[in-house]
Amino acid sequence: MRNTFSETLYECAKANADIFIVVADISPAGSMAKFQSEYPERFINVGVAEQVMIGMAAGLALKGCRPFAYTIATFSLYRPFEMVRNDLGYQNLPVTVVGMGAGVIYSTLGGTHHTQEDIAIAGAIPNMQILAPCDPLECIEATKFCAIESKGPMYLRIGKAGEPRFTENALEPFVFGKIRYLRRGSDVCILSYGVIMKLAVEIADHLQAAGRSVSLVSCHTLKPLDRAGIEKALHTHKHVIVIEEHAPQGGLAPQAKQIAWDSKANCRLDTFTLKDEFIHNYGSYEDLLASHGISARLILDKVGAR
Amino acid sequence: MNNASSSMAPENARNRCKRFRKRILEISQQVQALHIGSAYSCTEIVDAIYFGMMKHDAKGESPDTFLMSKGHGCMIQYVILEELGVLTRQDMDLYCKAGGRLGCHPDYGNPGIAASTGALGHGLSMATGMAYAEKSRKGIGTVYCVLSDGELQEGSTWEATLMASSLKINNLIAFVDNNDFQSLGRTSVTHPSFYPLVDKYTAFGWECVEVAGHDSVAIFNAVQNRKGDKPFMVVCKTTKGKGVSYMENIPIWHYRSPSPQEYQQALVEIEGA
Repeated sequence: MRNTFSETLYECAKANADIFIVVADISPAGSMAKFQSEYPERFINVGVAEQVMIGMAAGLALKGCRPFAYTIATFSLYRPFEMVRNDLGYQNLPVTVVGMGAGVIYSTLGGTHHTQEDIAIAGAIPNMQILAPCDPLECIEATKFCAIESKGPMYLRIGKAGEPRFTENALEPFVFGKIRYLRRGSDVCILSYGVIMKLAVEIADHLQAAGRSVSLVSCHTLKPLDRAGIEKALHTHKHVIVIEEHAPQGGLAPQAKQIAWDSKANCRLDTFTLKDEFIHNYGSYEDLLASHGISARLILDKVGAR
Repeated sequence: MNNASSSMAPENARNRCKRFRKRILEISQQVQALHIGSAYSCTEIVDAIYFGMMKHDAKGESPDTFLMSKGHGCMIQYVILEELGVLTRQDMDLYCKAGGRLGCHPDYGNPGIAASTGALGHGLSMATGMAYAEKSRKGIGTVYCVLSDGELQEGSTWEATLMASSLKINNLIAFVDNNDFQSLGRTSVTHPSFYPLVDKYTAFGWECVEVAGHDSVAIFNAVQNRKGDKPFMVVCKTTKGKGVSYMENIPIWHYRSPSPQEYQQALVEIEGA
């Protein structure tokens, strides 16, 4: 997804001289190197200095540019939080803060490199929008939206590398602010977003094999959340399952519960999130998720499909 | 403003600054509190930027940008913008009141305000980005940024300091309102290692000079005489609350309005200066 983001941004930058990228010492993988060599004046590396990364991006935007601020998610959002809130949110500037490798994908780098609460933190800022594409194809659409259409600040949560394609045969196109059905069924609806969609697909396959009719939905826009779309999903399925790689507070799961309560939904609603705990163990990405109760086996046991 | 040399003639600058101090004093009687000491500290700096340094075309439009990084000093900017006709008398009458649009810190979106500030340590990074945008588009705009000295304790200010010189942003001119006062005392006492500032900025790749911060002509000349190949920092040695004896160097006047009696005394002192 990282390379897809870079390639898409490079293509957008070719067409629009207002696109700048401000990076904080992140390796210029893939097309980022092309961006850097072909448009050196629009590629700014601030070094290990995330506050000035956001501040300079704000200054560029105040002069009419469309900057992207890009580094690993923990550093792009947490370290310069007040700059993200005041310079971007308060001034409502069209700057995209890219959180690369969000979630627990940096599974061996430890808790300092995990981004478990980014949706809650970014989502709490007025004016901030949030996109979290689930595969490289959706990442293209999301990046284009940020580069071309977005009117205000955006937090773009993307994966690192190697994500498979899930949206090639999606039933619906990518539309900012709308949930997107990748599959449509009538019994169970799985709501997910971002890299963990891979697990959601696995669960959907299992449930279908067990004879259930399954909807699979990419909730790529976390803010503004498509409340009407989620309400409809809650009212047209007997069982809704939310799977997200995020703390239990402030993400998709608690908002789905709120919508269910507000709209008096009577479906069964199961949510699977990371715990409200730091992760001190190591291993693969899947090992870390499993230690927080998220794996195909654990989920299928709980939703009663085994 | 159309003619910098006339605008910056000592008597003209002095009369303007006297007028601005009186106007701020007048506004201090409308509201419970305002950052009067902070505004008086940087009166000559902001005046010299608006009336001596910023370029204007025939329509009065400027390619230059003024950014008040020490947002709490914005009252001096407001009264200058009022004099220039950018803000209205009504704006000033409604300062900090329900229905008004001006508060104790500058808000982006209001006329003449280039960025929202108030939290310290944000302005120099934004000014660096603005100046970079101007340069990369071959524009003629210069970005002027006024910082407080306490703001130089923010790490973010030094991130921007390092970047501005590394990127050779020579259309960025910054000013430190170096009144040596912070909420908890004198900076030279609480942070002796804060000084010397000129050496620090020079070591960080800026061109940097120190001037008497209430001498409008000295501030103006310092900028006129810069070499211009690097970002430029003017360390302005100032007095917090300058112009009113009982306010000068007294921390409570960071954020307080004079009583009617104090107002009268201040008026006499400013008139007589």
